[in-house]
Amino acid sequence: MIRVENLSKNYGPVKAVRSISFDLDDGQVIGFLGANGAGKSTTLKIMTGYISPTAGNVYYNDHNIQENTSEIQKDIGYLPELNPLYGEMRVHDYLKFISEIRGIPKENFKSSFQKVVEECALNAVAHRTIGNCSKGYKQRIGLAAAMIHDPKILILDEPVSGLDPNQIVEIRQLIRKLGKEKIVIMSSHILQEIQATVDRIIIINEGSIVADGSSDSLLSDTNAKTELSMDVENADENDINDMKAIIPSIDISSISKEGTYTKINIKYPKNNDPRSDIFKYAVDKGWTILEMFATKQNLEDIFRNLTSSNESNNG
Amino acid sequence: MGNSLIIFKRELKSFFDSPMAYVFLVVFALLNGWFFTTTFFLYGQSDLRTLFNIVPLVYLFFVPGITMGLISREKGLGTIEIISTLPIEDRDIVIGKYLSAVALISIALLSTSIHFITLVSFGTSIDYGAVFTGYLGLVLVGAVYASIGIFSSSVTDNQVISFIIGIAIIFVFWLFDKVLVFMPDMLAGIIQYLSVEYHLSNISRGVIDTRNLIYFGSVIGFFLFLTTRLVESRRWS
Repeated sequence: MIRVENLSKNYGPVKAVRSISFDLDDGQVIGFLGANGAGKSTTLKIMTGYISPTAGNVYYNDHNIQENTSEIQKDIGYLPELNPLYGEMRVHDYLKFISEIRGIPKENFKSSFQKVVEECALNAVAHRTIGNCSKGYKQRIGLAAAMIHDPKILILDEPVSGLDPNQIVEIRQLIRKLGKEKIVIMSSHILQEIQATVDRIIIINEGSIVADGSSDSLLSDTNAKTELSMDVENADENDINDMKAIIPSIDISSISKEGTYTKINIKYPKNNDPRSDIFKYAVDKGWTILEMFATKQNLEDIFRNLTSSNESNNG
Repeated sequence: MGNSLIIFKRELKSFFDSPMAYVFLVVFALLNGWFFTTTFFLYGQSDLRTLFNIVPLVYLFFVPGITMGLISREKGLGTIEIISTLPIEDRDIVIGKYLSAVALISIALLSTSIHFITLVSFGTSIDYGAVFTGYLGLVLVGAVYASIGIFSSSVTDNQVISFIIGIAIIFVFWLFDKVLVFMPDMLAGIIQYLSVEYHLSNISRGVIDTRNLIYFGSVIGFFLFLTTRLVESRRWS
């Protein structure tokens, strides 16, 4: 189990991470989601022991990473964000080098090597020089290096960047498979990626956690709003604006005249469905409803809502 | 220590995987060969003193050239993040890399053994002891310069800057012996003790004195310690 307590990191005057806390259990795939520069990579770097936090602690089964760095690093496989590699080395030699430092016995290397080569589909380049491999292969070489010692914890910073759609699906499946026995922590700024791969999403914005939960629970958040789109005929604009006084739970976000009818967009809280009231109001006023449909807010909207409020404050 | 050995092997292989090692070895052999042979037959002395005088000067450019990328390249490429998150102490990374540079310098010195063969073929009453200690001195000076070089490499993520800093520091150590005449008596003793040439000349004469060995050991230890601290400092940046 991993426990992150009040973690903060300042780079000079810049507060990259601001007092974040969370717990992670075994057998979970966790996704860090945030815009570029939100503090995802910094958090992951602290969790791997690469950099130290300004304040706060990271515990692995009650052992502090600051005090038992090398010991804890034995259990972690890490793929850094920019996936740095020794371009002059051959893939086989590089993985051998990593496995030697990881303390994998010589006689076990061959089987570990074959396993990761197969899982990461590196057969074609296993004896090629890393510098001559394509970006997709390089990304998978980095992933293979992170997995070769069969770690209990995998920390993957943007694992699918640079991969083509087929490779993304393969890596996604691999991550899901690995997540059954290990803790897999991955970060991404691509929402669909996180949504498709992880059990739990932690959304980070400007160094703070703004949401934490499964994608379903984030979607069913009571603060989430549903949008209702209506096309009506014979509607007077004053009547439309007066609707808010009769049905207080709604927000009229836009009214536009589209030829013979008027398009109205209304937002309302998920736990307070006003649709029958809106229908009765329309009948009272003699409107003809051509179309009326509710669009549930998706994760992207939630993400944008959560991360844009601060941006507008700063802007 | 086992981990230092793994790093050592990787670094040494990486030197020879690129053309760099070969270029350096050839240039080193040619430079020393030129300076040695032009005067060897002229003076007609059965020793390698000319060689032992010229090598430290060639080191001035040669050693920073070897060491400039040791750590700065890892920083520049970002691979420092890979090795720093492996279960290996920063100290072992520094020692492994340092020893690979010393090994390459020793290999380069081996290329000068051709002059020793010339000496044995043409010379008379050769002082083999002085030749042995002369070579020992050159290895030790190379080791000191390599520790300065790896330190310069840990200061920056730019190999060219690291090369220049390395030359500058080594130049100061080399200069100590040359500026002694301008120094007040009080300082002269200290400056002389700090001078690499002073300790090298003692050893080259065939005298292995523990004071000289302690000097070489402490300078190497000092710079390796600083390098390790600088590598660790990334945590607090």
